[in-house]
Amino acid sequence: MNNARGTLGRLLRTIVEFYPVMAPLTLLCILFSAVVNAIPSVFMQNIIAVIEGSWQSGDWDGVSGQIFRLVGTLAIAYVISLISVFTWTRLMAIMTQGLLKKLRCKMFDGMQDLPIRYFDTHNHGDIMSYYTNDIDTLRQLVSQSIPQLINSGVIVITVVFIMLYYSLWLALVIIAGVVCMLIVIKKVGGGSARFFRRQQTALGKMEGFVEELMNGQKVVKVFCHEEETGKDFDRVNDALFSDSKKANTYANTLMPILNNMGNVLYAIVAMVGGLLLLFQVPNVSLSGMAISISIVVPFLNMTKQFAGNIGQVSQQINSVVMGMAGAARIFELMDQKPEVDEGTITLVNAKEQADGSLEECQERTNVWGWRRVNPDGTVTLTRLTGDVRMEHVDFGYDPKKTVLHDITLYAEPGQKVAFVGATGAGKTTITNLINRFYDIHNGKILYDGIDITNIKKADLRRSLGIVLQDTNLFTGTVMENIRYGNLDACDEECIAAAQLAGAHDFITRLPDGYNTMLTSNGTNLSQGQRQLLAIARAAVADPPVMILDEATSSIDTRTEAIVQQGMDALMCNRTVFVIAHRLSTVKNSDVIMVLEHGVIIERGSHEELIAKGGKYYQLYTGAFELE
Amino acid sequence: MLKTLMKSIGEYRKVTILTPVLVIGEVIVECLIPFIIATLVREIQRGCELSVIMRYGGLLIVMAGTALLLGWAAGTTCAAASTGFARNLRRNMFYSIQGYSFANIDKFSTSSLVTRLTTDVTNVQFAFMMIIRTAIRCPLMLVFAFTISYIMAGSMSFIFLFTIPVLAIGLILVIWKTVPLFRKVFKKYDRLNESIQENVQAMRVVKSYVREDYEKKKFGAAAEDVCADFTRAEKILALNSPLMQFCVYTASTLIMGVGAYVIISTRGAQLDVGQLSALLNYSIQILMSLMMLSMVFVMITMSFESAHRIAEVLQEKSSLTSPSHAVTQVKDGSIDFDNVNFRYSEHAERMALSNVNLHIRSGETIGILGGTGSSKTSLIQLIPRLYDVTEGCVKVGGVDVRNYDLEVLRNQVAVVLQKNVLFSGTIKENLRWGDQNATDEELIQACKLAQADEFIQQFPKGYDTYIEQGGTNVSGGQKQRLCIARALLKKPKILILDDSTSAVDTKTDALIRKAFREYLPDTTKIIVAQRVASVEDADRILIMDGGQIVAIGNHAQLLASNPIYQEIYQSQNKGGNGDE
Repeated sequence: MNNARGTLGRLLRTIVEFYPVMAPLTLLCILFSAVVNAIPSVFMQNIIAVIEGSWQSGDWDGVSGQIFRLVGTLAIAYVISLISVFTWTRLMAIMTQGLLKKLRCKMFDGMQDLPIRYFDTHNHGDIMSYYTNDIDTLRQLVSQSIPQLINSGVIVITVVFIMLYYSLWLALVIIAGVVCMLIVIKKVGGGSARFFRRQQTALGKMEGFVEELMNGQKVVKVFCHEEETGKDFDRVNDALFSDSKKANTYANTLMPILNNMGNVLYAIVAMVGGLLLLFQVPNVSLSGMAISISIVVPFLNMTKQFAGNIGQVSQQINSVVMGMAGAARIFELMDQKPEVDEGTITLVNAKEQADGSLEECQERTNVWGWRRVNPDGTVTLTRLTGDVRMEHVDFGYDPKKTVLHDITLYAEPGQKVAFVGATGAGKTTITNLINRFYDIHNGKILYDGIDITNIKKADLRRSLGIVLQDTNLFTGTVMENIRYGNLDACDEECIAAAQLAGAHDFITRLPDGYNTMLTSNGTNLSQGQRQLLAIARAAVADPPVMILDEATSSIDTRTEAIVQQGMDALMCNRTVFVIAHRLSTVKNSDVIMVLEHGVIIERGSHEELIAKGGKYYQLYTGAFELE
Repeated sequence: MLKTLMKSIGEYRKVTILTPVLVIGEVIVECLIPFIIATLVREIQRGCELSVIMRYGGLLIVMAGTALLLGWAAGTTCAAASTGFARNLRRNMFYSIQGYSFANIDKFSTSSLVTRLTTDVTNVQFAFMMIIRTAIRCPLMLVFAFTISYIMAGSMSFIFLFTIPVLAIGLILVIWKTVPLFRKVFKKYDRLNESIQENVQAMRVVKSYVREDYEKKKFGAAAEDVCADFTRAEKILALNSPLMQFCVYTASTLIMGVGAYVIISTRGAQLDVGQLSALLNYSIQILMSLMMLSMVFVMITMSFESAHRIAEVLQEKSSLTSPSHAVTQVKDGSIDFDNVNFRYSEHAERMALSNVNLHIRSGETIGILGGTGSSKTSLIQLIPRLYDVTEGCVKVGGVDVRNYDLEVLRNQVAVVLQKNVLFSGTIKENLRWGDQNATDEELIQACKLAQADEFIQQFPKGYDTYIEQGGTNVSGGQKQRLCIARALLKKPKILILDDSTSAVDTKTDALIRKAFREYLPDTTKIIVAQRVASVEDADRILIMDGGQIVAIGNHAQLLASNPIYQEIYQSQNKGGNGDE
């Protein structure tokens, strides 16, 4: 509860922060129109009092001025209220959407700066649900529930005062009735919430079951398993039915129950009013008026109004609870700690001077330098050559469980280093460390002699190209996807990169060539074609050091040969770390590291390792799965 | 479309009809209450006796109680009817899908079927609930409240004839303007969310290329666009509230002003203060009903698309069924393709297979090689009649496959599909898909042949190891071997492996083939592969290209004569597999 209050407070603060003028103005308008909505009973009381005094005489002319004054005042209040309702609903529409947009952008921007660890340890479906479910529940909370609660709250409070002003006895009757209604809301509403949660779980189960079966529908057919599957489905379906029936029964009956309890109360107020009049019970009220028909009748309308507003509030309970949970989750994402970067050394374009030293320049020269600002303010430029060394590196994703032990390796500029080993040996982990997706526990990684923790992360990563096992493409044209590697590249440079990667041929055969739109991660392309695009993307970035994770998936022999050529072209003249799945790649490497359980167990060239007849020899001759 | 969906009401027909009946009862009683109260007020005003007050009071409480019971009952039957309807819809859809042929399955994507079975059904359930309850309640309420007002107050009720059309026209205009806008925005909104998903999945690429700021800018622009469109639509929708208030305000000022005049000028003959109060109540009831009705209308229209998508699944007719006098015995494992032409759909431009003639003896081992798109998979899918040929015929055991009972045929022709799936459950449960009644010994025997026994034994729970959904807790090679074992348990006459050992290392691959040779000599084996090594020792190898068989022969023959085979062989052995 305390937590919920914190969340609500923060949400309201955020709204005011974003809209320092609009938000208070909206509140003011809501308050005003709510009060206006509560006061007609006062006018009614007055009008009826006038009627009571004159209806038997039938003297309309004598009282018409009085009536017109009353109705006129009410009409003026109504007009102002109408303007404020118009204003606040409009402002609310603008603020809600604006707030959602700002929150969405804040979440997204914050998410971009989160470490890779976050994405590796959180289910992507859960991350998505911040943007879909939670934002949606928040929309409901901000645009509907909060204004509705304020509106109903103000009406209820104002009406209570009006009631006390006229008659304590009748007010007590209504308040007693409302307490009964609240009890019902708590009971029925609680049951409804409980079963809706259960329905949600059952729906999740149904979704999981259906997804699995629909995915495997062809297998079901091949094994003639339709009947058994149908039986399993019935079980899941009936469970969902049972929960959703109960949930909906509670939800459907709450409104008619409250509504008709309001009707019972309406009848009781009429009766009690009649009894009070009949027995001339002394009235207790703030106004000191005696009980009369002109007091009883407005009470009838107030009863309806009161019950109606209680019903409104009860409709908002679920959405408030859900909206608060959504808001809490959104804040949780926004509060995630971003990736820290304490590096200071940056990567700059450089020109070689006549004396062989480097000078910083703006244009792209394909000569790079590491720019270090010394404590005395002078600047040193070190040439980027692509010399990478790991010294006694220990690492584990979980600090208590090391997966890499005492890894020492070096790649000289232009060398090709291959990692070989079974699944889970730690090959991919090594590549996660060089670009600092994760930080090592012990040891050192040196890049051109500089400890990589001293290099700004963005610059370190800019100097490293990476082609991942699973290709990720973005919605956009083929050209845009290639340009992702280097936003400054012109069309010619992108096409040249595609040619280098061997992707040019198939791209020109696409319906719109380089302007073909790719959607849903390039579903309209084959696996091999997507890999070729990833290679082209890396080629246009043209980084001095490359990390390649070869794909394991089987693509047909011809495409594979093209992919292979593309990879070879990309590897030319660079320092390359490759996680190899193809023996031909391994064979052509300068150094091969054989990993087992996070330890390098063999290292050397292909010939050396074959001669040794150890683990590599076994892998090479096909005795183990090379994954 | 509606007819198709209505069939799913089934056993819930009674509660479905009962709901509107109860609702009608509730509305009538509820509408009478203000009227009776007005009468009571008149009696009180005239200074009636205690007994009169008690009688009216008692009557009112009984009426409210009745309305409560009727409303509660309607809520209950409505919940039963709508959730029951949803249950039947899901069930009928699922069973309908179970009857689909491969050609039917190809038409729908997995994710679209999942959405149809979950979100779409929920939408329709909600709309159904609205139709049998709220959509009945609101118009009735409107009519009754107006009628009683007219009876009670005569021409004064004509005030409503002004407010009702104003609100109705206003609401219609708002709906007419906003619905298409919202439809458009929601599509944009979906795309925005898809782009977030894309970003999350590609986070390693984003970070490697240091594109965080670029992504932020891209997203910011898209979010701004969605926000602008949403605001435009919401601003129009926001007119609903002032519109409603305007009508309520107008009605109450008029009722109070005109009412006072009528009461005084007629000395209470045409109207009295109790009726004045009742009129105010009716006016709010009427306007609220209209408001609700407009919401219901929007929701029902929104659910039309869902209803349509559900009907599509239900109306899809399976393109493959067993013939009426089906053959129930498969004589042997011989296969014949006679002049077979095949395309996936009538609209397909290209034949997937053209002019295929092929005769396979029972017990033979056949290898099939060819590039992507050469229709290797299409060829083998015709054998268990997963698709029907377009022209020509395919025979198994000398009988046209279209004459067999489907279950009999498919039990004798086991296919290990290229895109294979294990289901969540233990290894044993998964294996028993092949044979429900297989003994543990039989399971182990099959796994030994598929070279799966060894790694299964290494799991702490052995054959009771639980396989996660999608088989994520076993490696690709292990999954393939389990799928082979599952197919072996059918003890088929024909066994087809469609690229089913691609993730298995070459040595194990060879052991599997050796086991087949030794233990399943009478079974016809068809092996589709990418690796030459997987088919090298087959009796005959088919080379496919562009939907045709371009060469048949054994390894030595093809190596000597076929350029495609030579090219594949060369490219795969360059790396060094050759010295195996």
